[in-house]
Amino acid sequence: MSHTSGFGPDLAEVFGPSQQDGGPELVQLLTPEGERVHHLPPEFAQFDLDFSAEQLRGFYRDMVLTRRIDTEATALQRHGELGIWAQLLGQEAAQIGAGRALRPQDHVFPTYREHGVAWCRGLDPLRLLGLFRGVDQGSWDPEEFHFGLYTIVIGAQTLHATGYAMGMQRDGVVGTGDPDRDAAVVAHFGDGASSQGDVNEAFIFAASYNAPVVFFCQNNQWAISEPIERQTRIPLYQRALGFGFPGVRVDGNDVLATYAVTQAALQRAREGQGPTLVEAYTYRMGAHTTTDDPTRYRLSDDVEHWKLKDPIARLEVYLKRNGLAEGSFFADIADEADQLGATLREGCKAMPDPRPLSMFDHVYAEMTDELAAQRDGFAAYLSQFEEA
Amino acid sequence: MSAQPTSQSGTQSSTQKVTLAKALNMGLRASMEHDDKVLVMGEDVGKLGGVFRITDGLQKDFGEDRVIDSPLAESGIVGTAVGLALRGYRPVVEIQFDGFVYPAYDQIVCQVAKMHFRSQGRSRMPMVIRIPFGGGIGAVEHHSESPEAQFAHTPGLKVVACSNPVDGYWMLQQAIACDDPVVFLEPKRQYHADKADLDVDATPAPLFSSRVVRRGTDVTVLAYGPTVKTALKAAEAASNEGRSLEVIDLRTLSPLDMAPVYESVRRTGRAVVCHEAHVNLGMGAELAARITEECFYSLEAPVLRVGGFDTPYPPSRIEEDFLPDLDRVLDAVDRSLAV
Repeated sequence: MSHTSGFGPDLAEVFGPSQQDGGPELVQLLTPEGERVHHLPPEFAQFDLDFSAEQLRGFYRDMVLTRRIDTEATALQRHGELGIWAQLLGQEAAQIGAGRALRPQDHVFPTYREHGVAWCRGLDPLRLLGLFRGVDQGSWDPEEFHFGLYTIVIGAQTLHATGYAMGMQRDGVVGTGDPDRDAAVVAHFGDGASSQGDVNEAFIFAASYNAPVVFFCQNNQWAISEPIERQTRIPLYQRALGFGFPGVRVDGNDVLATYAVTQAALQRAREGQGPTLVEAYTYRMGAHTTTDDPTRYRLSDDVEHWKLKDPIARLEVYLKRNGLAEGSFFADIADEADQLGATLREGCKAMPDPRPLSMFDHVYAEMTDELAAQRDGFAAYLSQFEEA
Repeated sequence: MSAQPTSQSGTQSSTQKVTLAKALNMGLRASMEHDDKVLVMGEDVGKLGGVFRITDGLQKDFGEDRVIDSPLAESGIVGTAVGLALRGYRPVVEIQFDGFVYPAYDQIVCQVAKMHFRSQGRSRMPMVIRIPFGGGIGAVEHHSESPEAQFAHTPGLKVVACSNPVDGYWMLQQAIACDDPVVFLEPKRQYHADKADLDVDATPAPLFSSRVVRRGTDVTVLAYGPTVKTALKAAEAASNEGRSLEVIDLRTLSPLDMAPVYESVRRTGRAVVCHEAHVNLGMGAELAARITEECFYSLEAPVLRVGGFDTPYPPSRIEEDFLPDLDRVLDAVDRSLAV
């Protein structure tokens, strides 16, 4: 069941046989079978909430709609409407748990895969598609949504997040005791990025300045074709200790546990107690992106193993078994997902290409004369074709 | 600019004799007093005042929140400065030596330069990246480089180079006030070399402007940063041989301010570009191309380039052979006039 890289010991050899399922320290509140448990360290106990039925249904809705955004975008790429799409299939719980733990004043720095977190921040999913269609490079105002633009360079945004958190410290919005004022930052990244200098430097900066940042690593086991044991020889969350702040591994397919752990880490950051590394232990069920073919480098029985841990299925079982949602609820969500899919399809196809001259628009805050001249020359060149 | 420092001498209260290092320090201080969003970040910039002492005394006066001693990680410095800029701060980043900028190159080119464009103008990067550049200080490898063309080639960045204390004082404050990211190049060989009269009540020229620093009629010599002094020495020597060189301090490398250059070359018909950076695809190539495009019928000779050879910066014992000097400038002037 365990994948073998051919360049060293495999996952089980490196981390021990129990590690494929997250190991003994995995924080979990909802098992893959949909059983409510309380497996978490005592310092997080206050976040092991008695979740209301409404809240649980909300998580379910978020995850189903996020999955629909993902599958719809994948289909749009197959039909040539998107150039590429970065799939999140299987990571819905990690993202919704992390996204719903935020307060309005918290700020998020995403990678290019945080479609679920974007959803939680109130961003119209259609706006995510522009980058993948190639009509823009990020169409939203990061300050309006408290959600940064997607960052393509692996790990670069973890430093931005740390600097932003340092700014919050200087703005006096950390550790005041006012829940509407105290803020923190969540930096998203993946297991592959954990090898980047930027990420390690972000850890150092955040620790050194006690910055209010939560490093949220979705360990989906694969950096394109490289398995996790190519990036690390200890469980990632344990790295935090070496940098001087706590790390915790949570079941990333368990939305309740992810929500609780992220809340705890955010609370700690907002109170001025510094950074936390959250390793959301999950699995990339799809490809790295739509240009990737994972059958070339991983075994399908590994995927089958993780299918049994599906984040949506386990919550559905829990809701049904405990009578927390009626049959019509599930049908309504399915309808809503279909509507969302249709809206995305139509909206994506209707997205116009940008004007050629728009490439000159935002190179500088203050346009330079020489660039303006270059633009005007190009405009004159283009106008020749219009006359002809 | 407000809150200017005052002179110790009583008669001309606003004018004092300062080195480039002192002028830059005064400029930083003035900007920090003027705008409390201005932060200084870098390796050893706090208690030590930077390895060249450009930030001397700033942490003592403005505190550790505004003068940030960073871990030894250039990408980390610039990357976190990006975050601080997104948060509304105006970071002034010190890269300790030119050759140390490369770990941050990715952040500068992929993040700093493109953020405004990517965000459709919503996210500004009012950041200054100070880089001591150029050679001539007898240093080991990686301490004497001239990477300006790599940044001038990158859309989204503005690049300037000061050549003297007065410009250093004003240009640094103007760069900090600029809403675009500015790579600010400081000729490290000049830091403690010459003093100049700095009048802090004067009105500075615009940041992105070139300046004729010596009038002449026979050949136009274009220089910036450390080679302005070289060009002026060459002009002085040439005048003893009856040749009149016009010297232009470019000051801004991106955008280029070509109007004074075109005006000059149309009069002289000849141009020589002088920089320490490698000639291949250096600033001289761009200047030569533009002069040829705009002044073709005024040119009496090809535009010539004098610069560092296309080798890695050599061991310091032979660095003066590598660097363009008075003689190589005069040689180029001779070749130009011989056409």
